[in-house]
Amino acid sequence: MKRAGFASRWLPILLLVPQLSIILVFFYWPAAYAVKSSFYLQDPFGFGQTFVGLENYASLSKSAEYFKVTNFTVIFTVLVTFFSLALALLLAVKADKVIRGARTYRTLLMWVYAVAPPVAGFMGLLLFNQRWGPLTEFFGSLGWDFNLRADYFDTAFAMVVVSVWKQVPVNFIFFLSGLQSIPKSVREAALIDNRSASGRFWDVTFPLLAPTGFFLLIINITYALFDTFGVIDTLVQGEPGNNPMTLVYKVYVDGFRGNDLGGSSAQSVVLMVLVLALTVFQFRMVEKRIHYT
Amino acid sequence: MAQVTLDSVRKIYPNGVEAVTPASFQIKDGEFVVLVGPSGCGKSTLLRMIAGLEDITEGALCIGENVVNTLDPADRDIAMVFQNYALYPHMTVRKNIAYGLKNRKTPKDVIAQKVDEAAKMLNLTDYLDRKPAQLSGGQRQRVAMGRAIVRDPALFLFDEPLSNLDAKLRNQMRIEIKALQRRLGVTSIYVTHDQVEAMTMADRIIVLNGGRIEQIGTPSEIYHNPASTFVASFMGAPPMNLVAAEMQDGRLSFAGLELPLASSLRGPVTLGLRPEDLIIDSHGPLAMEVELIEELGAHRLLHGQVDGQRLTVHLAKEEQVALGPLRLSCRVQNLCLFHPETGARMEGGFAFNLAQTRQEERV
Repeated sequence: MKRAGFASRWLPILLLVPQLSIILVFFYWPAAYAVKSSFYLQDPFGFGQTFVGLENYASLSKSAEYFKVTNFTVIFTVLVTFFSLALALLLAVKADKVIRGARTYRTLLMWVYAVAPPVAGFMGLLLFNQRWGPLTEFFGSLGWDFNLRADYFDTAFAMVVVSVWKQVPVNFIFFLSGLQSIPKSVREAALIDNRSASGRFWDVTFPLLAPTGFFLLIINITYALFDTFGVIDTLVQGEPGNNPMTLVYKVYVDGFRGNDLGGSSAQSVVLMVLVLALTVFQFRMVEKRIHYT
Repeated sequence: MAQVTLDSVRKIYPNGVEAVTPASFQIKDGEFVVLVGPSGCGKSTLLRMIAGLEDITEGALCIGENVVNTLDPADRDIAMVFQNYALYPHMTVRKNIAYGLKNRKTPKDVIAQKVDEAAKMLNLTDYLDRKPAQLSGGQRQRVAMGRAIVRDPALFLFDEPLSNLDAKLRNQMRIEIKALQRRLGVTSIYVTHDQVEAMTMADRIIVLNGGRIEQIGTPSEIYHNPASTFVASFMGAPPMNLVAAEMQDGRLSFAGLELPLASSLRGPVTLGLRPEDLIIDSHGPLAMEVELIEELGAHRLLHGQVDGQRLTVHLAKEEQVALGPLRLSCRVQNLCLFHPETGARMEGGFAFNLAQTRQEERV
């Protein structure tokens, strides 16, 4: 590796300042504030706050509701991440084989990416509408009495489908460019060495795609944990009731609907620690197995 | 090991371009054949069709006794060495070499033994556990060779395997590949645009131009009896001098050169003269104006004009020359005549009266 040298010690710092200040203002400051307020009990009308120590965390650990949401979040994240990645990879592998019309195909798939999460949620709302949603009708014809927002499982299903649909295009583009950066001759060499197409995929294509896959894994977990907020909010229309929700959505509901800022802050802190641990784990355990060219 | 037969093999791309016009030839068991030609001449397409990486539009391809047109590349019993080596970057050298065997259900102990043998043969034993990125260009080239030889295939295919190496390494690998092929006796097809590689490595050369086979022959046949002006100018460095000459009344005339020729040909012809067949001769019939001398150590190249036509002369290092006028004669037995328009060799119908010619030369 080559090391680029800077003549002055201050230039690199100066170049980092914009990025650092953004992180400082939009991440560290709110994060520190959340940590602080998680130790307090706020007056719902904003008249004052009382220091309560770890009580917010203690009540969190005793809340059955919180564990239910945590469970759902884990399942939701796993499903969304898995299906967004798997579908995108499948589409990319197929698209990679198409030479003619590849551009049209790509553009059509990319359009979905331009849809904002709440809009995607709204479209899901229309598709899954209880009375006249085409998908509801379709499920009805299969004998599945689909009930969005009334049935816990059906709502969860809709959430996963819409979130996956929203995320597939991004993954697709990354996977496709990853596939196209694999040298043609390496694939041809594999063609001579191995007659099984699936064998070639798992032995050669997939490992060479792993750096892209690892990057997307982190992006997708983050997406499923945080960016699906808009989808969930639209699908439950701000009234979760008995419907499933993710941890992030619960932070919002408890904090801004329930006016329990302290408890909500405690949840944010827990979430932050979880994501941090998860990312460290991924870099330690998964990245080791990846070959970067 | 097997012979390879192409029967009117043709390639037309979907966009209508005919990359290879119907080509027929046979490669004998154990023979080293080089496909040579400028870029875009269809040599790689032809090789890739033999490998099964491109479809054959028409014609039949046989490896051994069987027509293999519709077989997958993996089922053709071939091994290929690619221009950029095409090693699997995420596998160690050992795994790279073993991959083709593993997929053919070879027992583990046999794989280990074959890999070790190949590694020893190619001086790769110390590098077996490295990844390709940690190897030099020459070592990667050897790994690619190793991957081909462990398979013990019926046919080796080489697609410009040396063009990414520097000149010194290229010369060394050229000899190594040739020696290895001799030792293993595997039928080989080698694609290159480098006429030196073609001349030095081939048992037989196939010269391609614009998707068409110009000539098939041993290196010496190709060099001494080129079938066309294209072959004459492509093979040999520096290339054969091609000058416009005139045939009349059984005499060939070019500048001051007058040769009696027992031929009924009349009119303009293209005369081909190898640079080494031109000799300095103070009484020679050709008057050359030397414009440039290329010093190559072992010999020199003179560039200049004779009667307004460009000419190159190959000179032994002992001979003294200077810029300016010079008189030349030539070894007439090596002259070639080509059709002035089609560039095709004009065979037969004439023979030099050598005795008479020598007399004339002295005049």
